[in-house]
Amino acid sequence: MKKNTVFVQGNEACVLGALYAELDLFAGYPITPSTEIAELLSERLPQEGKYFMQMEDEIASICAIIGASLTGSKVMTATSGPGFSLMQEALGYAVMAEIPCVIVNVQRGGPSTGNPTHVSQGDVNQARWGTHGDHSIITMTASNHQDVFSVTVDAFNLAETYRTPVILLFDEVIGHMREKLILPEKDEIKLIKRLKTEVAEGVDFRPYLPRDDGRIPMADFGGVHRHNVTGLFHDMWGFPSNNPKIVDGLIHHLVDKINNNINTIAKVKEFHIDDARTIFISYGASARTARHVVENRRSRGERVGLLELITLWPFPSHIIREKCRKARFVIVVEMNFGQILKEVKACIDEPEKVFLANRVDGVLITVQDIRKILRIVQGKGI
Amino acid sequence: MAVKDYIRERFFPHLWCPGCGHGIVLNGMLTAVEELGLSKNEIVMVSGIGCSSRISGYVDFHTLHTIHGRALSFASGIKMSRPELNLIIPMGDGDALAIGGNHFIHAARRNIDLTAIVMNNRIYGMTGGQFSPLSGSGIKASTAPYTTIDHDFDIMELAKSAGATFAARTTTFHIKEITSIIKKAILHEGFSVIEIMSQCPTYFGKKNKLGNAFEMMELFKKNTCKIGSDRKLKNKNLIERGIFIQKELPEYTNEYSKMVKNAMGKKNER
Repeated sequence: MKKNTVFVQGNEACVLGALYAELDLFAGYPITPSTEIAELLSERLPQEGKYFMQMEDEIASICAIIGASLTGSKVMTATSGPGFSLMQEALGYAVMAEIPCVIVNVQRGGPSTGNPTHVSQGDVNQARWGTHGDHSIITMTASNHQDVFSVTVDAFNLAETYRTPVILLFDEVIGHMREKLILPEKDEIKLIKRLKTEVAEGVDFRPYLPRDDGRIPMADFGGVHRHNVTGLFHDMWGFPSNNPKIVDGLIHHLVDKINNNINTIAKVKEFHIDDARTIFISYGASARTARHVVENRRSRGERVGLLELITLWPFPSHIIREKCRKARFVIVVEMNFGQILKEVKACIDEPEKVFLANRVDGVLITVQDIRKILRIVQGKGI
Repeated sequence: MAVKDYIRERFFPHLWCPGCGHGIVLNGMLTAVEELGLSKNEIVMVSGIGCSSRISGYVDFHTLHTIHGRALSFASGIKMSRPELNLIIPMGDGDALAIGGNHFIHAARRNIDLTAIVMNNRIYGMTGGQFSPLSGSGIKASTAPYTTIDHDFDIMELAKSAGATFAARTTTFHIKEITSIIKKAILHEGFSVIEIMSQCPTYFGKKNKLGNAFEMMELFKKNTCKIGSDRKLKNKNLIERGIFIQKELPEYTNEYSKMVKNAMGKKNER
């Protein structure tokens, strides 16, 4: 099979993944370090007869894609920290109204304007809990361009499968780094299409009635089924309700549809895990450094391994607990104050064996940073 | 079809207070849709948050009840992906011009074919009568016990300078005007704004001692006049009603289609 190899930025890998997944409409607002995604799509989408919109801010951007999704379009927006903060209310709207969409956040240092051109993984918990109220959310990340491409395709598939917004949390150094990417052939990765209702015209259509398999068919705006969509708690017709039974049923549904499918959704990559005494847990750009340490030590016969998280939320607790059972030490490598560390400690049988190797100064975490922690953990001194 | 055929009877009675002007707007708007003979399937109504925004739940169109201030942004995404649909966006004055002011001016600037209806009762009703950017100065509200010191917007002037290609004002007293203006606005290709002055007897009227709903509507009759009317010459304080702007300029989704043809041509040249 002839493969198409390109040498691109991470942000371009995301664009190519989105186009492969048949993105119909993108709306965005310029912000470093995600701007290349908007720039490239402003060129590519019109060539495909599809839609690119530059909006007046990030709030308008996410609202425009949610609106467009209701007409049956596959939609995406891309931003970075400050813009992601502005999107939180509408993100919750998409959760509540169950509207498929993909939101890319190429992370930079925060809070506030922070460190726009430097790396950080400080938005991990914001992706999970940024919008108000109880909810569940799918968030994925990647450490290399091949994975950026494939998780972008996965994000569109998961958004359609579970009728939910999906967040892609990339890192500045991944977004801006150039690397090889092998483009899959058409049909090599399966695409999930919008599940549309088979209810005939004139028959009572309930836009929030799940099928036996849990998926909820949709009807496009402009079609024969006129229905209501709201951010209020609503019944299966989409009409507002504050009936405690309906409220309870809906909020459980919103959380359960993701949490109960964690085995299907969650992806973790394993490197030398089976006999590892020391296990690193990392993701995104940090996982590149961790992997380097692991491969280096393995070549010297040390029993170290790496669990690279692709799915951050829902947190793959069951996998982490199982894989780390026999390990003596678990070291979480990330570029924040330990946002994933807390999750790992919470799910592991012996939280006292979990340590953090981190860096929060806008510089990519180095082999030396990890080695230093490893020496302390292993009792070899500083 | 009768106006009744355009509503979702199941969701009546509506939640508006007795005497509220919003029901008159609903009636006027549905009459316009009926007179234009539009199919219910080709109309999408997008609203934000507030008393006015509950209007979308009552009509049998494709309806999207969104978040506060952002209705025009959701509507822009829908119009972009399905330009053949008619988008009607009813908003309150706070919804459209305080929290949603940025989206209002940019939708106008793009001249995207949306019909924006501002139901202007000069107050935040849903939250209990706080002053809005349309209250103007010297008004009592639940957050202005000593009366407001803020100035208000003139929606027509704002729409004009932001680039709207259709802008008109009327009141709930002038029900036939509501219908005729909404009909013209829906037919207009480009961004259209209709300000409908609406009474809130519960909060604005009560706090400012303007009487009941009938008395407030009498004031709309007394304090307004048609654009260019002789009455305006005698009394400069009268608020003018009618069509302030109606002009042809390239519409956004049409221009986008042209851009797509151009881009596809460039791709094929390679």
